[in-house]
Amino acid sequence: MLEIKNLHARIAEDGTEIIRGLNLTVKAGEVAAIMGPNGSGKSTLSYILSGREDYEVTEGDILYNGESILELDASERAAKGIFLAFQYPVEIPGVATMQFLKVAMNEQRKYRGEEELSTPDFMRRVKEAAAELKIAPDMLKRPLNVGFSGGEKKRAEVLQMALLQPKLCVLDETDSGLDIDALKIVADGVNALRSPDRAVIVITHYQRLLDYIVPDTVHVLYKGQVIKSGPKELAHELEANGYADIIGAAA
Amino acid sequence: MTAHTASPMTAAETALMDAYTQQLGDLPGDGAVLSARDTLISELKASGLPTRRVEAWHYTDLRALLRSIPAFDATAFARGVEPLVAGSAVLRVVGGHADGSNAPEGLTVTTYAQSLLSGTAAGDLAARGNDDAIGQLNGSFVRDGLEISLADDSALAQPLELQIVQGAGQSHLRFPVTFGMRSRATVIERHLSQSETGALVSSVSDLIIEDGADVTWILVQEQGAADTHLGQLNFELGADAQFRLFVINAGGKLVRQEVHGVVNGEGSDFKLRAVNLMGGESHTDLTFTLGHDVPNTTSTEIIRNVVFDRARGVFQGQIRVAQDAQKTDAKMACNTLLLSDEADFSAKPELEIFADDVQCGHGATVIDLNPTHLYYLQARGIPEKRARQMLINAFVDEVVEELEDEALVAALEGIIEGWLDSHA
Ligand SMILES: Nc1ncnc2c1ncn2[C@@H]1O[C@H](COP(=O)(O)OP(=O)(O)OP(=O)(O)O)[C@@H](O)[C@H]1O
Ligand SMILES: [Mg+2]
Repeated sequence: MLEIKNLHARIAEDGTEIIRGLNLTVKAGEVAAIMGPNGSGKSTLSYILSGREDYEVTEGDILYNGESILELDASERAAKGIFLAFQYPVEIPGVATMQFLKVAMNEQRKYRGEEELSTPDFMRRVKEAAAELKIAPDMLKRPLNVGFSGGEKKRAEVLQMALLQPKLCVLDETDSGLDIDALKIVADGVNALRSPDRAVIVITHYQRLLDYIVPDTVHVLYKGQVIKSGPKELAHELEANGYADIIGAAA
Repeated sequence: MTAHTASPMTAAETALMDAYTQQLGDLPGDGAVLSARDTLISELKASGLPTRRVEAWHYTDLRALLRSIPAFDATAFARGVEPLVAGSAVLRVVGGHADGSNAPEGLTVTTYAQSLLSGTAAGDLAARGNDDAIGQLNGSFVRDGLEISLADDSALAQPLELQIVQGAGQSHLRFPVTFGMRSRATVIERHLSQSETGALVSSVSDLIIEDGADVTWILVQEQGAADTHLGQLNFELGADAQFRLFVINAGGKLVRQEVHGVVNGEGSDFKLRAVNLMGGESHTDLTFTLGHDVPNTTSTEIIRNVVFDRARGVFQGQIRVAQDAQKTDAKMACNTLLLSDEADFSAKPELEIFADDVQCGHGATVIDLNPTHLYYLQARGIPEKRARQMLINAFVDEVVEELEDEALVAALEGIIEGWLDSHA
């Protein structure tokens, strides 16, 4: 489903290279966990996948279902099914959450040549998904993410994911800032999306999330490269010993 | 008409003077009105159209910008349209002709043509001052409009729409409106154009808002892309009165809308909210002066500007607080979203405070669309054009939503979205 080949990318503004020859393959149906020390490039990788223009790919390619997505802008990638749950969701004053959800869902449908949703159909979907994630309806009456607590923002990201039904879900530290109950609710939300035609990339620092969303593969990112990949047990090893051994072995 | 202008008259100035001479026998009014008109046209001839050397016109050099004057065209096509808010009472001025019939209960309406003919209008025609080019031009040529009064203690159940539809040519209109004590009303002054060749409209509204009245006045300017719109709204606010003025400029090639207010009753509150949408090669100027003349009054002004293409925008805002006007609370903010490198906006907020115990402030900001916001929306599948529109909308909608009335908010949002659809 996703194939990242020898990816090099830098910050467009100052040319600093952050991703330095990264390789990663994620198959349909797979849940891949990405771990790695602070500043290793995990969020940067997720931004590049989503099409953020602050970064420039200088070498390598990203194939999604066999096709390069480098020429697509963020909205096209999203409409093709790539979703990033942000580490730091953005507050947008003046944009009503419900209107945002409706426009996003319908624009994606339009791109794929599907009918727009009727208002009642849209309302029903939002209500159901919000109830599953224990999101108070009041929250949805506010401007997008404005004044949401850290945990509420993360839940709102997962709500968007549930509504947009993406094919490739990238969750960047969705667990951070969540209380224990919320973590379970959010993990259930993600697990509900698991299916043979979907892939999930979970970026996290903690085993705790991976107890709920059990990964098929674990990848360690360091200085812009995947330096080690393995089965889910790799995460336990990291939890017990930290990154020093792996980094030492890769050096 | 013997005074000398500093430089030879421009084509527009000559056309105005010629038009006056030609129409002299035809302009409505008794002797007093005609002599008031003569005074005004002489003033205009003497000083010429204002240039940037006239302080009030520094950012809008009318003499340079007003290149030509369309001929009067009595046969130009124009037709009334449905009201902006369904269920509104509508009084129309179509192609320069006012129709004062079908006024809703509580309102007394006469056409301004009648007031000119009977001479009762003579006293209102004088200009605000030497630099009042709009008053001079309008007073010289005014033919019609509506004179309206709302009785004390009465309330309009539905909004009243003053629908002004211009065809080709020119119209010069006046709207003296008195809101009686403790009356309540929402009025929509709506300027539309069905001219493609460039019309000239001048329109002066003189509002008197008496003690305890509660008035919302919405000025919607949607003239055609080639039109010149010279508007002026003057108001006096009585004690314990509430006046919300909402201005939306979404049309015209050359637009100057002036708002001049005097707060002369204690305990009153004034709010100005304005959305100026500018694109193409247009020039839009909102000039505002407000005098707090008595103690214990409040005012807030929020101006939101969106400038595309090579458009130029101007906001001049001057608040004067008289020496006796203690405890005045006045806040003015002008925020501009510049959406092109060639777009331009000049803001000149001014406070002149002669009292010592007041709370006054002003601020002006110029911003660009937030790239992180844009990215976030796009990352959810919203194409760039739509995402930009949503953010621009968010920028102005904050102001629109303050109106609270759902139908009104929806109508104005519709105008804004329609405008953005064709410009963004
Ligand atoms: N726009 C930017 N400007 C400057 N530096 C940047 C920018 N984007 C990323 N970086 C730098 O790139 C490196 C990788 O950052 P990134 O956010 O991808 O790390 P991360 O692995 O997600 O870290 P964390 O675990 O703390 O979230 C960091 O050193 C960061 O400071
Ligand atoms: Mg990160």
